[in-house]
Amino acid sequence: MLNIRTIFRREMQSYFNSPMAYIFLVIFAVVSGYFFTNTFFLFGQSDLRVLFDIIPLVYLFFIPAVSMGLIARENNIGTMETISTLPLNTYEFVLGKFLAGFCLILLGLAATSIHFFTLVSVGTNVDFGAIFSGYLGLALMGATFTAIGTYASSVTENQVVAFIIGVFLVLVFYMLDKTLVFVPHSIAGMVQLLAVDYHLSNISRGVIDSRNLIYFFSMIGFFIFLTIKTLEVRRWK
Amino acid sequence: MIKVTDLSKNYGSVEAVRSISFEIKDGEIVGFLGANGAGKTTTLKMMTGYLVPTTGSIEVNEMNIMNDTHEIQKQIGYLPELNPLYSEMRVYEYLEFLAGIRKITGRAFKDALARIVEQCGLQGVVHKNISDCSKGYKQRIGLAAAMIHDPKILILDEPVTGLDPNQIVEIRGLIKSLGKEKLVFMSSHILQEIQATVDRIIIINKGEIVANGTSDELMSNFKGNVLLNMEIKGASSESVEHIQAKLPSVKFISMNETNTVQQVQFEYGKDQDPREDLFSYAVDNNWSILKMNPHTTNLEDIFRDLTTEGGGNA
Repeated sequence: MLNIRTIFRREMQSYFNSPMAYIFLVIFAVVSGYFFTNTFFLFGQSDLRVLFDIIPLVYLFFIPAVSMGLIARENNIGTMETISTLPLNTYEFVLGKFLAGFCLILLGLAATSIHFFTLVSVGTNVDFGAIFSGYLGLALMGATFTAIGTYASSVTENQVVAFIIGVFLVLVFYMLDKTLVFVPHSIAGMVQLLAVDYHLSNISRGVIDSRNLIYFFSMIGFFIFLTIKTLEVRRWK
Repeated sequence: MIKVTDLSKNYGSVEAVRSISFEIKDGEIVGFLGANGAGKTTTLKMMTGYLVPTTGSIEVNEMNIMNDTHEIQKQIGYLPELNPLYSEMRVYEYLEFLAGIRKITGRAFKDALARIVEQCGLQGVVHKNISDCSKGYKQRIGLAAAMIHDPKILILDEPVTGLDPNQIVEIRGLIKSLGKEKLVFMSSHILQEIQATVDRIIIINKGEIVANGTSDELMSNFKGNVLLNMEIKGASSESVEHIQAKLPSVKFISMNETNTVQQVQFEYGKDQDPREDLFSYAVDNNWSILKMNPHTTNLEDIFRDLTTEGGGNA
């Protein structure tokens, strides 16, 4: 546990010692804020649905960008060799990295809370439950995409390649339920179950179903497991 | 103590290390010498647990690297070949990070930092960004990182590569002082460096160990010939070129003449010393000897002999 914290702290330091984190947070806030406020006063509805619709689209590119360097950079500059010769378990290293990336996403999400306070101050009959579940869904989706991005970052030492792989994988899981019309009926149900948007929309509606939670946690666990195995296999090559 | 037994590593069909065995005792500084691509770095990577051997075993203080990887890694300090560092971190932040992984925190870290800053001469840069440090300082930071936990064993991969002569002398002094109480295993392809620093030398060529011993032992085992450079006056080319007829142990190599002085090169076996006979031969043939300079074997000759095609006489 202590090692996870040490890796997490170093990664957060690395984010905030460079312009990376600041650029990410500002752009995330500006993009989501722009799309939200654009229609918020037109519709006159006391909810954050527009925000919750736009953030997954922002995630598609932002999360692979945040996570692309998590492991690829270590491979690229050679610090992976130093890390691998420390008394440190691979899972501690991967979890520390994943949590740092996820924490940055949560900070970005927290920055959008300004829209929540705007809503509370000008709106009426605010459905706090739906807003809470909406944020929960976005957090879970963020964690899932970060796990996918962390995995993408582990398979290469080139950050640009990691970004492209990350965007591709994230898009696949995001687009799955949009392709259902092209999928044979017999497997459509299964494909839908794998689609991240399907589970997010359930939670966003305010229904916190254990099946959706299990999906998100399974996805996170699966991609973290893949990352750990990818790193461990390298020792044997 | 480190004991390596029948260690091999294959990268696909390429055999990088082929069944090597050696031992290093506590308090020894051992140099690992080899040409680029000989298998030095691969061996060190296996010894530090970064790579898994294809076959063979590595035991450190009677623990096996496959079963007790972390226990061994706690006892080892490792400086990788290219000395990778997190350039965006400050020096003390980097050392604090590594110390944190090794469970050295709070007061213990402050003490370790003070010791390592003193030992590696980092006083001027400890609060600087690593990216702002010179190459010499970066190398010291790498060494400090390897030693922050005061390990019993130091494994250094090319610790002086890229440093200027003054920095090399400083790092060499540091390694020698560390070697008084630690086991130090350092690789290099810089022969002078190894000769000046280590107690024992292991030479690896194409993945196999071709020599293992002190530099004196290697030289005494070396079966190469001695080249004798002479400057003579009044020698006929016939008497020089046919010297072997009179002195069978001396072989003529070359002869040049400038301003009536002949530069002659002879060769003789390392176990023979025909210089007295050669002197008598010179007197008989009315040569005036101006200079007689045998080229003694050095580590460079041994290294070249062992690591080039057709070598391997030691």
